[in-house]
Amino acid sequence: MHVPDGFLDAPTSVAAGAIAVAGLALCLRRARAELDERAAPLAGLVAAFVFAAQMLNFPVVAGTSGHLLGGALAAIVVGPWTGAVCVAVVLLVQSLLFADGGLTALGVNIVDMSLVTVLVGYLLFRGLALLLPRSPASVVGASFVAAAVSVPVASLAFVGFYAVGGTTDVPLGTVVPAVLGVHVLIGIGEGLITALVVGSVLTVRPDLVHGAHSLLPAVRLEPAAVT
Amino acid sequence: MRPAAVSSRLYVERDSLVHRLPAQCKLLAVFGFVLAVVSTPREQFWAFGVYAGLLAAVALAATVPAPTIARRALVETPFIAFAALLPFMVPGEQVRLLGVGLSQPGLLGAWNILAKATLGVVAAVLLAATTRPEALVAGLARLRLPSLVVQILSLMVRYLDVVVAEQARMRIARESRGFVARDVRQLGVLTRSAAALFVRSYERGERVHLAMLSRGYAGAMPAPHSPRPEAPQWLISMTVPAAAGAVAVLAWAVS
Repeated sequence: MHVPDGFLDAPTSVAAGAIAVAGLALCLRRARAELDERAAPLAGLVAAFVFAAQMLNFPVVAGTSGHLLGGALAAIVVGPWTGAVCVAVVLLVQSLLFADGGLTALGVNIVDMSLVTVLVGYLLFRGLALLLPRSPASVVGASFVAAAVSVPVASLAFVGFYAVGGTTDVPLGTVVPAVLGVHVLIGIGEGLITALVVGSVLTVRPDLVHGAHSLLPAVRLEPAAVT
Repeated sequence: MRPAAVSSRLYVERDSLVHRLPAQCKLLAVFGFVLAVVSTPREQFWAFGVYAGLLAAVALAATVPAPTIARRALVETPFIAFAALLPFMVPGEQVRLLGVGLSQPGLLGAWNILAKATLGVVAAVLLAATTRPEALVAGLARLRLPSLVVQILSLMVRYLDVVVAEQARMRIARESRGFVARDVRQLGVLTRSAAALFVRSYERGERVHLAMLSRGYAGAMPAPHSPRPEAPQWLISMTVPAAAGAVAVLAWAVS
């Protein structure tokens, strides 16, 4: 759910915008290193994929459905820097073209859903991947935890902004459990979908899962025997 | 059934003054307008009436039909639901309405979110309805967005419909084989579809990159053609945010 205009006061929105710009500038510089000059076409197509994936509704229980947010998934499959840039571009398009998420709230939305989600998701994923045995099952398990935790943590980042510059007077004691409760549930769904998608990509094109590169056998080049 | 073209559904084809304004002027105008709206004190109800009037004037000048705006504004529905809960969640002085106790600060908070979010959404809808997506990207480039972001953005906008159409074909393929997503047990099928969509998108990205290389791409795209806006165009674009800014200042002065 994207924060609309008017939810946070103007100074907080501007400050969040500054954080988002600084964070994205760093991500952009590193994404260039991650993808070299392929950055633009690949990141553009991955962003289009994230956008399309968010339109895919997954049934939860009779009648209700959820959709993928894709922050952790993007970080795991294309790397954290490119992933953060892709999600930020998706948020920009949603805000400008689809009026989904306020223009003044774009900074807050980018910090929460791109920077924090990707940072938390990727750090957890790498940490778990180091601890667990090297196997595809570990990658899938680590993806689940990373995505499941990244969503409630991102919602806490939003609560942080709300505490600083929220325009409504709902006491924090009411906001935190409500927001956290909802997002723990959303997070479980996100984790499940992310893990299953990563698992499927892993079986078809394991080389496309950035976070599983350490699993692949190193390619050894040997001179062909000349007969 | 959802038509395949996502981005072209947003643009309302007209030949109006608002449509002809350069994208970068309209982008800055919308941003200035929304910033003024957000910083207006919520007790100044009249100010929001003036803002709505400004947007109505723009919609009229652009001849964008009201039902189109209303339909597209539905994206904010989840927040309307949230705002409706506020009068019950915020502690404070109670007012009785139809026998139900509602908190006064809660009502004000709900009004604040509803008014500002709706004005923001309608402003953004008007921007997208009067500006083609490619023009918006070119406008952002003119506003000095880093060139790599502009490239990613323009490629995303260009291939959005392709990827969404690919997803629609996959859905038709699933459904023509009798697939119905009822509950969590069907998650596996849907996530495999999503994974296939990712692989196809990524591979398309690789092909696009090779195609770009073979046409001489070396890390930068040729600058999109957009003429420098003339002074009258800036003047016309800035009337709305300037009026909104004046209203915001006035609202602060009298509050």
